[in-house]
Amino acid sequence: MIVYVLQRLLGLVPVLFGISVVIFLTMKLIPGDVARALLGPMATDQSLAQLRHALGLDEPIYVQYGKWLWRALNGDLGLSPIVHKPVTELLLPKFGNTLILAGASFFLAVVGGVTVGVLSAARQQTVLDRAAMGASLVIGNMPPFWLGLVLIVFFAIDLRWLPSLGMYSSRGEGGLRDLLLHLVMPAVATAAAPGAIIARMTRASVLEILGQDFIKVARSKGLSERAVLGLHALRVAWPPIMTIAGLQLGYLLGGAVFTEEVFGWPGLGRQLVTSVIARDVQVVQGAALFIALSFVIVNLVVDLLNLYLDPRSRPA
Amino acid sequence: MATTALAVETVEPRPRRRSRALEQFLRVFCRDRQAILGVAIIALVGGAALAAPLVSPWDPLTAAGVERLAPIGTPGHVLGTDEQGRDILSRLIWGGRASLLVGMLPTVSAGLVALGLGLLAGYAGGALDHVIMRALDVFFAFPLVLLAIAIVGVIGPGMNNQMFALAVVLVPYSTRVVRTATLSVKPLEFVEAARALGGSRRRLIARHLLPNVLPPLLVYTSTLVGMMIEASAGLSFLGLGVQPPTPDWGVMVGNGRLVLYRAAHVATIPGVVIVVVALAFNFVGDGLREALDPRARR
Repeated sequence: MIVYVLQRLLGLVPVLFGISVVIFLTMKLIPGDVARALLGPMATDQSLAQLRHALGLDEPIYVQYGKWLWRALNGDLGLSPIVHKPVTELLLPKFGNTLILAGASFFLAVVGGVTVGVLSAARQQTVLDRAAMGASLVIGNMPPFWLGLVLIVFFAIDLRWLPSLGMYSSRGEGGLRDLLLHLVMPAVATAAAPGAIIARMTRASVLEILGQDFIKVARSKGLSERAVLGLHALRVAWPPIMTIAGLQLGYLLGGAVFTEEVFGWPGLGRQLVTSVIARDVQVVQGAALFIALSFVIVNLVVDLLNLYLDPRSRPA
Repeated sequence: MATTALAVETVEPRPRRRSRALEQFLRVFCRDRQAILGVAIIALVGGAALAAPLVSPWDPLTAAGVERLAPIGTPGHVLGTDEQGRDILSRLIWGGRASLLVGMLPTVSAGLVALGLGLLAGYAGGALDHVIMRALDVFFAFPLVLLAIAIVGVIGPGMNNQMFALAVVLVPYSTRVVRTATLSVKPLEFVEAARALGGSRRRLIARHLLPNVLPPLLVYTSTLVGMMIEASAGLSFLGLGVQPPTPDWGVMVGNGRLVLYRAAHVATIPGVVIVVVALAFNFVGDGLREALDPRARR
C-alpha cells in the first residue's frame, strides 16, 4: 500500500513537469515582443535590448524555463504588469475564495446526488424515481451561468431571500452568517450539474448491488430496507460513486468560473477571466498553474481515498 | 412421356453485410423515442438556423421599431425584444448558426485529429504510443473549460479562437477513446489474418481498424456536442467567444444579464434553448450508443 502511494506520488513528477513545460511554452507562443509591449512604440533599440537582457529574454529558452521554474517553485510567479502586484499575492486570496465555493459545491453535489440516487434506486420505477431521474437529466444539462441567473431571478429579485452579489454585504458586518447567505446560490448553481450526474451514477451503482445475493441474504434475515441500503448496498456501491464524484471535480472547477462571474464571487476563475480580457498573461499563467496543481492534488486525494475505502482496488 | 424437371432452387443474392448492419442500426435507433425526439429538435433548430433569412420574422441586428425589453407575447414579437429593441425570436433563429457551429465544429475537428493520433498510437504501440499518450496526459491535468479559457487568453478572444481552443482541449479525450478501441481490435483474429495474408499497413488500418474504431468515436463525439454547445455558450457569455452584435445564444444570455432586474426573459429564454438543444444531442448520443454498441442495449 505504502509502495503504491509512493509510486503514485512519483508518477506525479513527470505530469507536473509536463504541466510546467506546457504553461511556460504556451506563454512563449504569444505573438508580440514583451519588451516592446512594456516600453511602448517609442522605445529605442538600445533600451529594448537592455530590457530584454534585464528580463533574461535574450537567453536560450531552456535557461529561461529553468529560471522561471526555480522562481515558481519558490512561490514567485512574477509581477502583473496590469495590476502592478506580485501574481502570487494577487492569486492566493482568490484561490482561498474559490476553495470555499468549490468545497461547498462539492459537499452539496455529493450529499444531494447520493441521497437522490439512493432514494431513486430504493423506489425503482416509481413516480419518485422517474421524476428524480428526469429532473437530473435536465439539471445535468443546465449551463451553470444560466442556472445562476435563474436562481437570481427567483431568490434575489422575486422573493428577495438571498443576496445576489459578492461574498459579503458591503453594508453588513460580515461574519459567517453573511458568508453562508452569499454562498447558497453560487454553490447550488455550481453543484447542480455534477450533483445530477452523481445522482444518476449512484442510482445505477446501487441498483447493480441490490440485485446481488448478499442483499437477498440481508433482506431474508429480516433487516429493514434502510439497513440494507445504508449498511450493505451503499458501502459496496461507494467506490464507483467516489470515482465519479472525483471526476466531477474538474467539471465543478470549470463551472465555478461561470458562477463566480455571475455572482461576483471574488475567486480564481473570475480573476482568470478578468486577466484574459485584459491580456494579463502573467496572471493567466499563474492562475493556470494554480488550477492545474490543485486539480492534480485533488485527483490524487480521490484516488488514495478510493484505495482506502475499497480494499478490492488495493494492489496485491 | 414423363418429363422430369430439374428443380433448381433459386438462390437469393446474399444481402451485403454492411447494408444489414445499417438496417439493424436504423431499426434499433428508430425504436428509441428519446433519440427520435432529439433528432427532431436538432432538425428543427438546425433547419431554422439554416433557413434563417426565410423564417426569421425580423432582422436580428436592428431594432424592430417597438419599445425595448418588450415582454413575451407582445404582438409581432412572440418572445419579446431585448435591451436594444431587437426581436428575441429572430436573434434565437440566427443565433443557432453561430451556436451550433461553435458547438459542433470543434468536436468534429477534434474527432478527426484524435482519429489519426489514436490509430497511430494504438497501432504503432511502443515508444510512439508512449510519447503521444504521455504528452496528452498533461492536458488531463487541467479542467476542460478552464484550459479553453486559458488558451483563448493566449491567442485572444473571438469565434475562431474559441473554436480552436475547444478543439484543442477535446483532442486528448477523443484520442483516448480511439486508442482504446484500436487496442481492443488490433489483437483480434481477423486483423491477424489480414496481416498474415500480406495486407499492407494502410489496408489494415483503413479496411479493418477504422470501421471498428469509428462507432465508439461517433458515440463519444455525439455526447460531446451537447457539452460543447454549453461550453461555447459559456465562453461567449464571458465575452471570450462570439462577439456582439453577432447573434449567439451565449452572447444573448450575457447581454440579457445586464437587464436581468428589468426583464428576466431576455437572459432566460436563450438559456432554455441551450438546455433543450444540449439535451437533444445527449438523447441522440444515447440512441447512437444503444444502436452501435450491442452491450449497451437495454
